[in-house]
Amino acid sequence: MKYIALIYSNQALEPKYGTPEFAEYMQGYKTCNETYAADGVLLGGEALRSADVATTIRVRNGKTESMDGPFVETKEQLGGYYLLDCPDLDTAIRYASMIPTAKFGSVEIRPIADVSGLV
Amino acid sequence: MATPPASAPARHEIAAIARQDWGRLVASLIRLVGDFQLAEDCLQDALESALRHWTRDGIPANPPGWLLQTARRKAIDRIRRSRNFERKSEEYARLIELDHDDQANHSMPEIPDERLALIFTCCHPALDPKSRIALTLRTLGGLTTSEIARSFLDRETAMAQRLVRAQRKIREAAIPFAVPEPSQWSDRLQSVLGVLYLIFSEGYAASEGDDRLRHDLCNEAIRLATILDRLKPDEPEVEGLLALMLLHNSRKAARIGRDGVPVALEDQQRDLWDQQAIINGIALVSRALRKGSPGPYQLQAAISAIHAEAPSHDETGWQEIVLLYDQLYSHQPNPVVLLNRAVALSYSSGAGAALASLEEIDDNLQDYQPYHAARADFLARAGRSHEALAAYDKAIGLSQNRHDRLFLENRKRKLQAG
Repeated sequence: MKYIALIYSNQALEPKYGTPEFAEYMQGYKTCNETYAADGVLLGGEALRSADVATTIRVRNGKTESMDGPFVETKEQLGGYYLLDCPDLDTAIRYASMIPTAKFGSVEIRPIADVSGLV
Repeated sequence: MATPPASAPARHEIAAIARQDWGRLVASLIRLVGDFQLAEDCLQDALESALRHWTRDGIPANPPGWLLQTARRKAIDRIRRSRNFERKSEEYARLIELDHDDQANHSMPEIPDERLALIFTCCHPALDPKSRIALTLRTLGGLTTSEIARSFLDRETAMAQRLVRAQRKIREAAIPFAVPEPSQWSDRLQSVLGVLYLIFSEGYAASEGDDRLRHDLCNEAIRLATILDRLKPDEPEVEGLLALMLLHNSRKAARIGRDGVPVALEDQQRDLWDQQAIINGIALVSRALRKGSPGPYQLQAAISAIHAEAPSHDETGWQEIVLLYDQLYSHQPNPVVLLNRAVALSYSSGAGAALASLEEIDDNLQDYQPYHAARADFLARAGRSHEALAAYDKAIGLSQNRHDRLFLENRKRKLQAG
């Protein structure tokens, strides 16, 4: 079973670069990467640049419209993700609970849909 | 094998037999077919088949064995016909093998008890709290969707959708059908106990004119907790919860007056309390506390036990109750616990002491009706009638239902009459 852990946070609450808290925060992510890899559950994961450099596009009547920024204005924004291979939701919750951003932001765990038969 | 029908059983008799074993049957089917929805559908098919056969041939010697065997065959049919046959091929092979064994031995299947895993799945915190309740009553308790909807004053279609959605989430998010591992045990157990207590409270809150089914929720919660206690006999909080529900329920006949208005504990006719329930409840909570790890349910049960043992309101062990509330507060730092403590304190140390202790929790409970009701009572007993009347008005204004309002208005009238 594949799950994506979508990591949301309010940037204002994130530890600032250069502080001891930031170093600890990064260490937390390093622990995640190492544990996931060692346990064989890591399929992928990336951090994202902040939403203010995002571009949202929509295709309407065959025309691509692009817009600056995120589509919806919210305090919490998507900041990164992990793609994990776990036997069940309890295991996925256990691994996702290690993500340091979960302490002040939130992590949404979504099962990956198998659409191989449909495409 | 079936006994000849001396008198054919009625539909409701068959439904009652099925309900008795429903949770156990569903649980073992889920283990076999790996799917909540499929397990339920097959058992439902088996029940319909039972209605046809049993009304004609009489009730078989081993009704749950009959239902499980039939449900397994229905599962074989359903899997064979389904689009996802390949995905279920392992389960299919196993079902065929089991059915052959039964036929070779001319025996009915044994029903393994997988209900503990089922309870934890139904009460998984990844499900919406109301869905946990509905799923537990449906899957473990064997209540029909329509019964659950009526019990919770909900529309049947809404309840059916809720159940379907919960089952879909279990399947698609792969919520495991398993007893949680030790690191998750205590959180997950809290969720299970919370669900059972909410079911009980919903029944306890039912008022006089309500559907019988709503009142039955108390008995259903007690039945489910009894099952849980049997499956997990070394868990003191399970015993605590069961004791708490038994002790609350022992006052059932005394807590609502003939006019439908709640009767305060001090005014209840104690000879209406169910003595057998009290004896059982006290034995359970004592056994739990001897294990030396008190938790919120054990402590609340202990408080309820002191009330149950008291010959009268005045002769209640109020000081002991105050100490238990202190202990409860260390587990559940919640202002409502402090409010209840203040009530006990008003009887052990006087209304003045209680009013002083209210000062410390003042901020958090301004919109909470019981806070103003308790304060009004303390003020009245301290001889500050004028302030007491104002506090009663405040409480009456915050009342959520007619019965609470009538109760408070009675109190206020008594005070005015002096």
